[in-house]
Amino acid sequence: MELLSFGDTGWGDELFVATLMTIAVSITAMLIGFFFALIFTPLKLSTNKFFNFIGNSYTTIIRGVPELLVIYLFFFGGTGAVMYVASIFGYNEYIEINAFITGAFAIGIISGAYSTEVFRGAVQSIDKGQFEAARVLGLSKFAQFFKIILPQVLRIAIPNLSNVWQITLKDTSLISVTGLVEIMRQSYIAAGSTRDPLFFYSFAAVLYLLLTFLSMRIINRLEIKYSRGY
Amino acid sequence: MDLELMIGSLPKLLVAAVITLKLLSVSLIIGLFIGLLFAILRINKNIIINRFAYGYSYIFRGTPLLVQIFIIYFGLGQIEYLRSTFLWVILKEPYWCAIIAFALNTGAYTSEILRSAFQTIKPGIIEAGKSLGISNKIIFYKIQIPIAIRQSLPAYGNEIILMMKGTSLASTVTLMDLTGVAKYIISTTFKPVEVFIVAGSIYLFMTFCIHNLIKFLEKKYSFNS
Repeated sequence: MELLSFGDTGWGDELFVATLMTIAVSITAMLIGFFFALIFTPLKLSTNKFFNFIGNSYTTIIRGVPELLVIYLFFFGGTGAVMYVASIFGYNEYIEINAFITGAFAIGIISGAYSTEVFRGAVQSIDKGQFEAARVLGLSKFAQFFKIILPQVLRIAIPNLSNVWQITLKDTSLISVTGLVEIMRQSYIAAGSTRDPLFFYSFAAVLYLLLTFLSMRIINRLEIKYSRGY
Repeated sequence: MDLELMIGSLPKLLVAAVITLKLLSVSLIIGLFIGLLFAILRINKNIIINRFAYGYSYIFRGTPLLVQIFIIYFGLGQIEYLRSTFLWVILKEPYWCAIIAFALNTGAYTSEILRSAFQTIKPGIIEAGKSLGISNKIIFYKIQIPIAIRQSLPAYGNEIILMMKGTSLASTVTLMDLTGVAKYIISTTFKPVEVFIVAGSIYLFMTFCIHNLIKFLEKKYSFNS
């Protein structure tokens, strides 16, 4: 237990901060994923063949390639890509992107592919009559989407989104390879300096279990909230 | 785009893909047995056995695969006692450590897939077997297991693809699988996009093959034909 004490002698405070970092990266990645889903779900549902192709390519490629490979692409290629874009605008200094942004973006793109599939399925499972009824009532397009379609989509999507959240949370352990100090990286550091890998990796496992357990609790509440009336 | 590099790295990546496939197939076979065993324990009525099987799948599904590999590869070597047993012959090899971790991980997911398949078998089918005077054992082996396998094929196909992506983590314990070699080439040439396209295409091709194989099996074993 001494190893976990707070302060200079133990790793408790470091691991606590690392846990917060994992939560922060997961939430950021999930939000970035929603953003991607918002773009790609309409593309996948579109009747235009070209848009459809783009949407399908995104989900197929990301879901068929290992997460680690995507992370390496961003880790090694992110700086180059940003500098290339900056050079178009006439900025030629070296730009360093920090590990948090790289990691959150890489995981976000992965999580976005899963979210896209979830939203596509949810929109497709909504009865056609609902769309027609919304239109017949003369609601604006905006109101049609936000007042009629979205609440129903969320009800269907939340159980599956909770799976996406679990995947995203666990995927963040992979960005430890980029040097971002989250649970996995901190355990690696602690294990290296105390020569007690068994204890620290097991503790990391416990922290992840705790996070998945707590998030399931919260998501269950959301599920109940959005399935009112059913 | 550096086409020369892309073509030049293809043979190396293909050789590495064989290691990926090896890791995948060995861990899937072991994982399937583990999964079947724990699925049977899960439908057992004894609450202790049931809880034990549930705990196993909860822990392995609730923690990242990376943690599991690190515990087995870095952690278990720390136990002095283990070093003196024959197990150490296996546990000092990163290859077997990765396979143990993958097999236990996929075993947990497989047990959930099979359990839900067992539970969706209509009681009428089992009753029909009983009324024909077939023994419980044969009902289990000849009726319940084949139906459960058929039922769980689509979900198991997804699990195979997830596991294929999971094998990329073997590169973190010094194994040179497809991702490991890709990372090596990226870090020596600093051409991430080119290498990603080649390695990614190989992965996508494997995904494509697995997907079609499962589709074929689903058709072959569908109830209608």
